[in-house]
Amino acid sequence: MKILVPCKRVPNPEQKLKIAGGAVELADATWQVNPFDEYAVETALRLTEKSKGGERSGEVVVVSIGPKETSTQLRQLLAMGADRAILIAGDDAALDADLVARLLKAVVESEKPDLVVAGKQAVDGDDNQVGQLLAGYLGWPQATFLSAITLAADGKSAVVSREVDSGVEERRVRLPAVATVDLRIIGKKAVRNEALSGPDAEWEDSQRLASLKGIMAAKKKELKEVTAESLGVSGSLLVKTLRHEQPPARKAGIKVASVEELVSKLRTEAKVI
Amino acid sequence: MATLVLLETTTTNLRSASLPAVSAARELAKHHGGPVVGVVIGAGIAAAAADAARYVDKVLSFDNPALAAALAETWAPLLARAVKETGGTALVASATSVGKDVLPRAAALLSAGMASDVVAVLGAKSFRRPTYAGNAVTEVEVTTATVVCTARQTEFAPAASAASAGAVESKDPGAIDALGGEFVGLHMTKSARPDLAEAKVVVSGGRGMKEAANFKVLEELTDLFGGALGASRAACDAGMVPNDLQVGQTGKVVAPELYFAVGLSGAIQHLAGMKSSKVIVAINKDPEAPIFQVADYGLVATWESALPQLIAEIKKVKAV
Repeated sequence: MKILVPCKRVPNPEQKLKIAGGAVELADATWQVNPFDEYAVETALRLTEKSKGGERSGEVVVVSIGPKETSTQLRQLLAMGADRAILIAGDDAALDADLVARLLKAVVESEKPDLVVAGKQAVDGDDNQVGQLLAGYLGWPQATFLSAITLAADGKSAVVSREVDSGVEERRVRLPAVATVDLRIIGKKAVRNEALSGPDAEWEDSQRLASLKGIMAAKKKELKEVTAESLGVSGSLLVKTLRHEQPPARKAGIKVASVEELVSKLRTEAKVI
Repeated sequence: MATLVLLETTTTNLRSASLPAVSAARELAKHHGGPVVGVVIGAGIAAAAADAARYVDKVLSFDNPALAAALAETWAPLLARAVKETGGTALVASATSVGKDVLPRAAALLSAGMASDVVAVLGAKSFRRPTYAGNAVTEVEVTTATVVCTARQTEFAPAASAASAGAVESKDPGAIDALGGEFVGLHMTKSARPDLAEAKVVVSGGRGMKEAANFKVLEELTDLFGGALGASRAACDAGMVPNDLQVGQTGKVVAPELYFAVGLSGAIQHLAGMKSSKVIVAINKDPEAPIFQVADYGLVATWESALPQLIAEIKKVKAV
């Protein structure tokens, strides 16, 4: 089982976002792996091992598009346990979901993975498009917003759970396919490869951290740098970002001293009850 | 020229979740010219197609047993075909779990640019949409001749029916290939309460509720308003309530008239899903909880002390 995991570096979402002159100021940002992509890497690792850190079968390749500094995040994913990394030189300002998906398609065509596992969205652009676009361009089935995945023993299909508006939907998909994951995919029993582990297999309730041993090992793992040109991908943006603004500020709230005051304010001031 | 809108249905009627998409489509049609054409896809949906036709100039209906489940693999090619056959220049859907799954794939098949989760139509090809978990509002412009977008349900008013109903045209879907994809089942959470995305009042509990049984008191408050119950990720993860009650970046986006956040700290991922609520009330024992920064009215108190009294007071008001 070879799994390709597209990952994006994003500014730390806990940091206050600075917006000025129609643009987001990222000079002081600290960067990290998009949380949903980290869950995707954890999912891929679980699909290739019998138990956490145990015997493995398969390969996990992480791929990112970004500036040279993105190698920091890719090394971190290699330290988590991914086997190889590919960095496509790129700049967020010159990318849109379409171009990202077409770059990934080129990587899929050369790497020939059995499965692509991606985060459902990056927490900066919040597009929630790349996985679906990639599946569309490849003509592959797609399984989005997964909260669970069980890979069949023959490696030819998977049963997945998707968190949809009305509950949890279960589907069967044929491989190769593109999957995108939501946060519950890192639940204890959400991921299983029937070829490697039984129904009792259980993982921790979170994505793994890099161990010291993992960090040392990551230094020796392959991190290949390529360009869009070398992948034969070019073209103009289908969606241009014109400007960023602060969201309309909420009127400063007040603290009320008692339940009576709260109800009175809701009644006479806010007029909502 | 035409603006197409994916209309989700049951077998008998249009889903209310698609009414905001109709509003967005009508706005787009002002810029694009031409009719608003609804597309319904499903199995045994003749009645639903007729219901949907009350809102648009025309409905294209793809009705086939193999289309019962909303699989992007089978639905996206039909949407792309409908756009091409009508000379459509815009395709829109509500940003439901179906819209978010299917529309990007349709955009891929059309080689069209797509704007996700838009909150305003600014022109034929330009939109406003939230990014960075709602901490930025971004204007984007699609550069392709055909424009695809999903509309955030809470930001477009549910459309009213049109003066006269449009015609329904049955379309032969042709060969249907799910690419080996198969719908297995849906585990629905049954609730008598309104949908989170559509409720006028939402009451959400967080980690501070401690255990499932304590949500009873929130349910009582919820039902006083005929509202919907919500929760933070922490409360869902702790198993206090089902995951589909989660409000936030994972889960539902809500913008009710009144939002109660109880025992809920207000992580960025949660705020992304409720910050557009008109009036926010926060009840938390920790005066430093981030939820107070977005709350219109904050009460520093434990829910154990505040909620029974709040329920009693609201009952008094409602009784008047």
